[in-house]
Amino acid sequence: MATTHEVPVRIGTDPIPFSVNGRRVTVSCSPLQRLSRVLREDLGLTGTKVGCDAGDCGACTVLLNGEPVCACLVAAGQAEGGEITTVEGLSQNSPAGARLQQSFLSHGAAQCGACTPGMLVAATALLERNPTPSDTDVMDAIGGVLCRCTGYRKIIAAILEAGTAISAETSPQAGAAVGKRLVRLDGKQKVEGTEIFGADETPAGALAVRVVRCPYHRARFHIADLSVFVREHPGIHSVLTATDVPGRNCYGVIPPFADQSVFAEQEARFRGEAVAAVVGDAEAVEMLNLADFPITWEELPPLVDIDTALSPEATRVHANRPGNVLVRGRVVRGDVEKALAEADVTVEGEYETGFVEHAYIEPEAGFARRVGEQIEIQACTQSPYMDRSDIAAILGIAPERVRIIPTAVGGGFGAKLDLSVQPFLALAAWHLGKPVRMVYSRAESIISTTKRHPARMRLRGGCTREGKLLALDFAADFNTGAYSSWGPTVAARVPVHASGPYRVPHYRALTRAVHTHLVPAGAFRGFGVPQAAIAQEQLYDDLADAVGMDRLEFRILNALDDNTPTVTGQVLGEGVGIRACLEALRPRWQTARKQVAEFNSAAAGPLRRGVGVAGMWYGCGNTSLPNPSTVRVGLKRDGRIALHQGAVDIGQGSNTIVTQICADALGAPIDRFDLLSGDTAITPDCGKTSASRQTFVTGKAAHMAGAQLRRKILEMAHACSCATIVFANGGVTVEDNGRSHKLSLGDMPLDEHGYVITSEATFDPPTSPLDENGQGIPYAVFGFGAHVAEIEVDTELGTIRVLKITAAHDVGRAINPTLIEGQIEGGVAQGLGMALMEEFFPGKGENLHDYLIPSAGDIPPVESILIEDPSPIGPFGAKGIGEQAVIPTAPAILNALHDAIGVRLRKTPATPDRVRAAILAARKGGAHG
Amino acid sequence: MSNLTRGLDRLYIRPKTLDEAAVLLAGEGGQVLSGGTDFYPALGDQLPRGRVVDISGLRELRGISADAAHTRIGGLTTWSEIIGAPLPRGFDGLKSAAREVGSVQIQNRGTVAGNLCNASPAADGVPPLLALDAEVELVSRVGKRRLPLADFIVGNRKTVRRNDELLTAVLVPRRLDDAASAFLKLGARRYLVISISMVAAVVQLDGSGRVAEVHVAVGSCSVTARRLSKLERDLIGAPVSGLATRVTPEYLSPLSPIDDVRATARYRLDASLTLVQRALNYCVGNS
Repeated sequence: MATTHEVPVRIGTDPIPFSVNGRRVTVSCSPLQRLSRVLREDLGLTGTKVGCDAGDCGACTVLLNGEPVCACLVAAGQAEGGEITTVEGLSQNSPAGARLQQSFLSHGAAQCGACTPGMLVAATALLERNPTPSDTDVMDAIGGVLCRCTGYRKIIAAILEAGTAISAETSPQAGAAVGKRLVRLDGKQKVEGTEIFGADETPAGALAVRVVRCPYHRARFHIADLSVFVREHPGIHSVLTATDVPGRNCYGVIPPFADQSVFAEQEARFRGEAVAAVVGDAEAVEMLNLADFPITWEELPPLVDIDTALSPEATRVHANRPGNVLVRGRVVRGDVEKALAEADVTVEGEYETGFVEHAYIEPEAGFARRVGEQIEIQACTQSPYMDRSDIAAILGIAPERVRIIPTAVGGGFGAKLDLSVQPFLALAAWHLGKPVRMVYSRAESIISTTKRHPARMRLRGGCTREGKLLALDFAADFNTGAYSSWGPTVAARVPVHASGPYRVPHYRALTRAVHTHLVPAGAFRGFGVPQAAIAQEQLYDDLADAVGMDRLEFRILNALDDNTPTVTGQVLGEGVGIRACLEALRPRWQTARKQVAEFNSAAAGPLRRGVGVAGMWYGCGNTSLPNPSTVRVGLKRDGRIALHQGAVDIGQGSNTIVTQICADALGAPIDRFDLLSGDTAITPDCGKTSASRQTFVTGKAAHMAGAQLRRKILEMAHACSCATIVFANGGVTVEDNGRSHKLSLGDMPLDEHGYVITSEATFDPPTSPLDENGQGIPYAVFGFGAHVAEIEVDTELGTIRVLKITAAHDVGRAINPTLIEGQIEGGVAQGLGMALMEEFFPGKGENLHDYLIPSAGDIPPVESILIEDPSPIGPFGAKGIGEQAVIPTAPAILNALHDAIGVRLRKTPATPDRVRAAILAARKGGAHG
Repeated sequence: MSNLTRGLDRLYIRPKTLDEAAVLLAGEGGQVLSGGTDFYPALGDQLPRGRVVDISGLRELRGISADAAHTRIGGLTTWSEIIGAPLPRGFDGLKSAAREVGSVQIQNRGTVAGNLCNASPAADGVPPLLALDAEVELVSRVGKRRLPLADFIVGNRKTVRRNDELLTAVLVPRRLDDAASAFLKLGARRYLVISISMVAAVVQLDGSGRVAEVHVAVGSCSVTARRLSKLERDLIGAPVSGLATRVTPEYLSPLSPIDDVRATARYRLDASLTLVQRALNYCVGNS
């Protein structure tokens, strides 16, 4: 080609016209700006979520000329003249989209809601082309959108059944909300894209922050004169470092162990630790090349594994923690050595797990502003009151001067219990007096926030010839990383749970949380118990095999019951549903065993099948420590009810569950309630959303507050306790023995909270401290469950396909079966990820294409069996389910692997290379991989 | 638009014709943007530095056509377009690969040229095109050249494309139209996955049911995807029955896999052997 004419230079100085949701718009922005940014920041269409900026998560999926695309990968200039449809336009622009939104609601297909817009848009594109898709069509269509909450099955069902009516409750009768499949009360905004998450609001004129982070596992550093840096970078207002922390440059979720700095001083202890924050005009901060930041690093030798950290010559990560042991945990009962010596059969095992990343779809984000002598922080969080205490200490002000406004949370799973953006936002807004906003990139989220603890576990177990468990000796070290975070909780919780839900008369469980120079390990759905279950449940299979007993029957034989003491000596008395769970699995177990045997005996090729079972118990709430929730309910003059419930809904459904409980305790219909969130300025403390405590603890407080309000109303009407209260438009009427008494609410004075009547109740689960042997009452309520996994192994490639999970859970009372199934399916998905693919290596793969979580095509059908063995203390008998759901999946899969091909993996996850290596090693004569 | 981002405008040019694009690249040059599926992830949280020439508007680089000798796939053809195109049997493997590229969203934007020019060792499009003996056409202001794909990609994210050139088309010889073809991708999850290993195979049988021509390419196991030339030579004339059993580990010696977060090198070799056997079996109906 030899044209020589001058090119008419078509450059992007002109505004870019395109249409969005049928509306013509013109934007003036860099034509290289990502379309996702333009939609969110320039056009205010924040329904399109940004999860990774790399096409790895699909949260930002929009339709461009009818085709689903990741808006983060489209240049604004490429949208010129195009037609874009976002989640906000689905109901108007696509009948299929509108049907899908309804279907997502009725199926409970939206949990946290962060993937929901992308899912809906991707599914709309499918249904517009193919109104009757197959399962595979659906999976292909949504395979590019990651979800971390739902386990995909309800999303798939919602797409397959879009347009067909299914029974979901929207307005149950007064007093009949509990037990109903009530559509989640915050569902509408999630499917319409109007929900406000951490990154979805920006105050006018907000400055931006970028954090300078340590690029090494461990390094000393020196920051040069920052005034020069600020002067040379127009638009940069300030750089904050440790010297700018007016209060304590130290925080932590467990105050006695608080050790993490907002900004490191002199030495950074992990790759990703913050050392400074640059604050300035949003664009200047965005344009900034942090390579220019005036800092010099001196890399120091890091401790990166447990063994090195424990060796006598190891440097101390923290000077005050000798041996790099943060904390030890201990539960001892009976005489384990003697019992093991006397047991007919003993087995032992050693298991290892790696770091697991929470990988919620919403990276941490929020904004802060100073309001006079107060600071307000609106951000995604699981623990508003804990944030308030820590921010107050960091700023050196009273907690009452800190207001935390939690946004909707796009998944948390434990990592949003710890501070992330909050201290940077608070310090910048405090010092500069302007609103400040911050949104973590995916890399920043992965590099700097907590992980599941890697565990190294050694066990010995013994039983009688008849299969009666006699003893378990369990020792585990957890790599807790550079800072304490929830390490003490993991070390304390695991010894209480490592027996599993079985009677183990002689028991010793010793744990250590060990510091290294790696990212802090913290809370992740189960606080170490999922790791322990991987070890203990495989060991129990080995014991069952050793005595020649069916593995499920072995568990049933040893299952705890109401009157058997646990390993801490607690006798629960009522509500021990593990045996019922295991027995409920028996039909599926026996069928699956038979099918597997038939398949394998006929198999000529490389495929082998296996079936595995694992049990679980999990205590709801803090371990032997207070964790009260306070709920306030107010009757308004218009007869509506204000429910101040501070349990942050991170997708699990507490907004809905707590309201259902309160509504039935009060006897009011759900639609009379106005929900007030966990804003610390308006709602009392309901503690953190963790430890599977919100249904139980906050639910109980809501039950008490609702019942109390009912009593107060009845007293006001001088009615008996059997009277009916009718909440209707404009008023409240008490009907008592045929007499009807209408309360003149409009004339009544308002109390300090602005209500005609206020009731407030606090519930703190009754526990007792554990003694030096870990004996006592750690939890008032336990949830129980067990899973059966059926899998297929490709023995030539080492790949595993999970075919089905059957999950039986004793939830005490299923307050909302749809939401409980959602927790179970989501837990199964995370357990499957932990078993098969998830391992984070600090410094490698800090993104969502190297760190893999299950996609829609990886999750098998999940059959949930709900057992209701009521807890004597839980609201309407309810127990927690959030963490319970994740625990048995991984060990059930690993047991199925052993069933299929006779190998046990010492290291989880069972990635194809590890499985194949184990198969080859076993063939060579080594029994274990 | 603020003063700060206004500076970016001059950095973005979206030509409408190939001639314009060639002139631009011959002059000031710039980074080439098309589907954006590799361009944006590589940026991280930085903004692009230097000029960007957005070629996504070049209609003449779209579409698939054929003449007597070649099937011509325009460089800007997306993976979705490949999936949807009526193509001969020899392209079944390429279509399978197209379905395995990231996700529907990526397939809708990502282009064949982008996949080849980005030259990732794990590029899904490379093994099937290598197995099809594909050539690439490069156009610059000074002319046009054509070279085998195998000579185009020379290393991890390295090609012989000059900065003033665009990959305008991929050319696949028609003689393989009727060949059987297969593509197998091995990853640790179903969708959105970077492969641990992947294998493309193309098998042409002669009239007596013996192998007349066979091509096997393995990706993600070397800095670039590799053809297994010795295997291809040795299988000529082999009967269909037991074809896969002739593939022994020695034939994988052109591969030099590494250990990374996805798998060990050792496993990659072991699994690749299985994949090669399965791909061949698939092609000859032994699966």
